[in-house]
Amino acid sequence: MIDKRVSSLAEAVSGVKDGATVLLAGFGSVGEPVELIEALHDTGVRDLVVVANNAGLGDTGLARLIGSGRVRKIICSFPRTADPHCFDAAYRAGKLELELVPQGTLSERIRAGGAGIAAFYTRVSAGTEVANGKEVRQFAGQPHVLEEAIRGDLALIRAETGDRWGNLTYRLSARNFNPVMAMAADLTVAQVSQFVELGSIDPDHVHTPGIFVDRIVAVPRSHSA
Amino acid sequence: MISLTRRQIAWRAAQDLPDGAYVNLGIGLPTLVSNFVPADREVVFHAENGVLGQGPAPAPGEEDPDLINAGRGFITLVRGGAIVHHNDAFVIIRGGHLDCTLLGAFQVSALGDLANWATDDPTFPPGLGGAMDLAVGAKEVRVLLEHTTKDGRPRLVERCTYPLTAARCVKRIYTNLAVLDVTDGGFMAREMVPGLSREALQAKTGAPIAFAADCGLLKAPALD
Repeated sequence: MIDKRVSSLAEAVSGVKDGATVLLAGFGSVGEPVELIEALHDTGVRDLVVVANNAGLGDTGLARLIGSGRVRKIICSFPRTADPHCFDAAYRAGKLELELVPQGTLSERIRAGGAGIAAFYTRVSAGTEVANGKEVRQFAGQPHVLEEAIRGDLALIRAETGDRWGNLTYRLSARNFNPVMAMAADLTVAQVSQFVELGSIDPDHVHTPGIFVDRIVAVPRSHSA
Repeated sequence: MISLTRRQIAWRAAQDLPDGAYVNLGIGLPTLVSNFVPADREVVFHAENGVLGQGPAPAPGEEDPDLINAGRGFITLVRGGAIVHHNDAFVIIRGGHLDCTLLGAFQVSALGDLANWATDDPTFPPGLGGAMDLAVGAKEVRVLLEHTTKDGRPRLVERCTYPLTAARCVKRIYTNLAVLDVTDGGFMAREMVPGLSREALQAKTGAPIAFAADCGLLKAPALD
């Protein structure tokens, strides 16, 4: 019998090692698995490489992880959010390495990691300082930049509903990076607003099938940011 | 001389969007554009976080916490709207499926180079977002910006001094003073606000401006 459900956030994030590469889904705080990130923080794990679109806002979730000095490097597209004070402080103090990646390139690098593609060429960033040091090749008379895949040791994602096999659905723009990150890690952990019975999600409406998900924990929405 | 407000710049850009267009709205000034599309046109607005069919801002108290745009403002979905995941949102962008993107900018050069992700201020953290993807992926790039910086320096320049988002990508520019095209010969003014002389517009611009033979008046209704 397959049952990927775990009963606590602590169990959901157990076994993560120092130095891990962690994919954190969400766009700003929408679709961000805040409670899972806080639980990861509480394990005491450090020296993390975080892959996320942003760099945390306020003091919760990713911001807390950065504020506590647990993140060695962040790979993201847009660290400038409404209240990025944890990022700003760590970045200006030279305690946090930043790799800035165009948002679509970030998403495609993660997809490639999940899809068994080592690298790809894209026109995006050609001729800009973001392409410095990267291989450039001409296709159809235009310069393209070689971008390498990203995989995570861990992906933390957030969905609306999930069943015991790990089949997931998302709600509105909270979908964002969740499906692509779910595919690209050795251990994918999902927090869901509610568990549902196996078979109750219409097969045509499964957004992320359970093959990509290893653990699933319920975090009712009322307790959520 | 009557300078346009931010909402009036957005209004003017909206008037150029044809019926049936798929249009991405960048963060900042462009997000206002969806409020001003003429009622007889259907324009589908795309947001990089996976929204197709972005509608106007919700009434206070009607916000859905899971429904935001690229600038993280709360939005509504229009009838016929759709949600995609991030990878497909950028398939739409990079794959050439957007008729147009409307972006904000720090600087635009006479060659159409765009700079909108970093400045020379070391205290200002850089932020790429989806701008580089949009600048090379959309069929047309239009920019909305104030004609000069707060301290009066031109934002339309001979060469960008800030890091580039993409080279030679901008086709049309809407400012508080003028509508300009980027042509093979550089900036060409199409419309200017009433009471502004050609010499005065040139003085606020960092590269030579040509004036279209039919250069007209830039007017927008009172919106505030």
